[in-house]
Amino acid sequence: MEDKKLVEVQHLKEYFPVKGERPFERKYVKAVDDISFYIRKGETFGLVGESGCGKTTAGRTILRLYEPTSGKIFYDGKDITHVNMLPYRRKMQIVFQDPYASLDPRMTVGDIIGEAIDIHHLAANSKERRDRIVELLSLVGLNTEHANRYPHEFSGGQRQRVGIARALAVDPEFIVCDEPVSALDVSIQAQVVNMFEELQERLGLTYLFIAHNLSVVKHISSRIGVMYLGKMMELADSYELTFHSVHPYTRSLISAIPIADPKTARAAQRIVLKGDVPSPVDPPSGCRFRTRCPYADERCAAEEPEWREVSPGHFAACHHLDRVKDEKPAIG
Amino acid sequence: MSEKLVDIQNEKLSFFTPAGEVKALNDVSLYIRPGEVLGIVGESGSGKSVTAYSLMGLTAHPGRLTGGDIYFNGHHINKMTEKEMRRIRGNEVSIIFQDPMTSLNPVYTIGNQIREGILLHTKRSEKQANERACELLRLVGINEPEKRMKQYPHELSGGMRQRVMIAIALACEPKLLIADEPTTALDVTIQAQILELMMSLKEKLDMSIIIITHDLGVVAGMCDRIAVMYAGKVVECGTTDEIFYQPSHEYTKGLLRSIPNLYEKDHKKLVPIQGLPVDLLDLPEGCPFATRCPNCMKVCMKHMPEYTDLSDNHYSACWLLDKEKFMKKQRGALT
Repeated sequence: MEDKKLVEVQHLKEYFPVKGERPFERKYVKAVDDISFYIRKGETFGLVGESGCGKTTAGRTILRLYEPTSGKIFYDGKDITHVNMLPYRRKMQIVFQDPYASLDPRMTVGDIIGEAIDIHHLAANSKERRDRIVELLSLVGLNTEHANRYPHEFSGGQRQRVGIARALAVDPEFIVCDEPVSALDVSIQAQVVNMFEELQERLGLTYLFIAHNLSVVKHISSRIGVMYLGKMMELADSYELTFHSVHPYTRSLISAIPIADPKTARAAQRIVLKGDVPSPVDPPSGCRFRTRCPYADERCAAEEPEWREVSPGHFAACHHLDRVKDEKPAIG
Repeated sequence: MSEKLVDIQNEKLSFFTPAGEVKALNDVSLYIRPGEVLGIVGESGSGKSVTAYSLMGLTAHPGRLTGGDIYFNGHHINKMTEKEMRRIRGNEVSIIFQDPMTSLNPVYTIGNQIREGILLHTKRSEKQANERACELLRLVGINEPEKRMKQYPHELSGGMRQRVMIAIALACEPKLLIADEPTTALDVTIQAQILELMMSLKEKLDMSIIIITHDLGVVAGMCDRIAVMYAGKVVECGTTDEIFYQPSHEYTKGLLRSIPNLYEKDHKKLVPIQGLPVDLLDLPEGCPFATRCPNCMKVCMKHMPEYTDLSDNHYSACWLLDKEKFMKKQRGALT
């Protein structure tokens, strides 16, 4: 793995306007509120969090599918926050969550993949186009004859393969994988996860892997960022994050994951968080997590915790890192 | 704990669709003892929900029971009329559905929906029913129940709605609670809350639970026994420890290998189950898992394996487990 930053975001914010309670009142859903991180070339960066934490928005904003409210996005050292994205679409691609909704039901699989080739003029003639489609299909484990079929003729796992082939059609360097396996059955999930890993080895891809399932994210990622209500809570190497997490939210998230091992599951000390995630329209003052945090005190309500480097490459935002650190993690 | 609360014997169920007969259940046999938590795991289309729904007499239209018997708490379910069924549903057996967003009625208040079952099945007055509903909401951990009673489903979060669903299901203190993917639509931290709530309620109310899920993690922590289903058949059934530590069916082994383990220290490649799930319109002659099985033999393509008992609770349908029967069949297949 090279040590070059391929993608970097600085103080990224993405607010969506919503109607307030009173007429003409404008409020904002702070979907992503000041996050900064970078992704090295050739690595997989995982983004986890519960629904509504802004992980998908972050992924889409990086691709400029949403215009960022403020902050900067860099790709390969160049600022792409306000540039024409067309040349970058060939380098940055996305695989969507729902393979049932993200493929046009009226287009054949060949045309779905071919569309990207047409837009970027990647094939000189129709034979070249056809060869490229066949090559892409075999790359994702589908057959040549699948090119003439429609999406409804495929199972969920196969459809997700089509979605991946479409993303690969332009020979990208960077792919945002937005919950690519959460709609699939467990036995199929493993097939698709393995395929992501093989493609990365073969094509030297860089991934931003977004998912709510920490087990999957930990399996595929080299570094992981944990988000809560639009803020980054903790960011570390995936091993470090799983076994030496310092943020109370990460710890409770890890302990909430059901363990597929009865003996460990019975012995495990669960930290069960109380209550629900607050609304991102009116997030709590100070630390966003304080309403559910077992360590919260007045300071957490008054001031927002600083984003600190706890150990090299391990960042966290919490006032009580020292107290949390002393306590034994749920596992380890 | 020897008598059985639920006893499903050789249940066969098909959906008669325009495309043909979809064989959703092929010879399902299961039992549940009182006070037990049974987990049913399997992929989508394996028939886990259909099994549970048929137990409540809720098989949807083109579906029909084509064979077998279902006994529940002394009732012979598949011989009962709709009128008799209604007396049991929500009273002796209740169900929690997967999606709390769509399974509550949006035009009625929470209180109204909880009250409905109580008024129907017990001799309580409207006022007593209200008190009972408040008590139930408190039981499932909802604050300010009086206020919540007057709210509509859209005013509550997903976790809260699932709690309301549980309150409705428990209104008449059922003997059996069926939870059909109760936490699939919820976030992990909320999932942990709901699962903990279900376990504590089970202790308090002394009921049996069937948990249907595709998440092996959920069943590992909660269940006494697990049934693994594939293509409308229970391929393996045993205690939780037996399923996780001594899996005997190739499908169970494959499932366990294909899930990433959070606590693994080094990076191992996942071992996926190859191939695609079976087409229920066109079931193969032999073992339905044969085409995806790494140890598939000739006999597997031709003959359905019978159950082999591995212990008092543990049985599995695979030819690899029963050499004697296999040899006999193999000889038969050759001649």
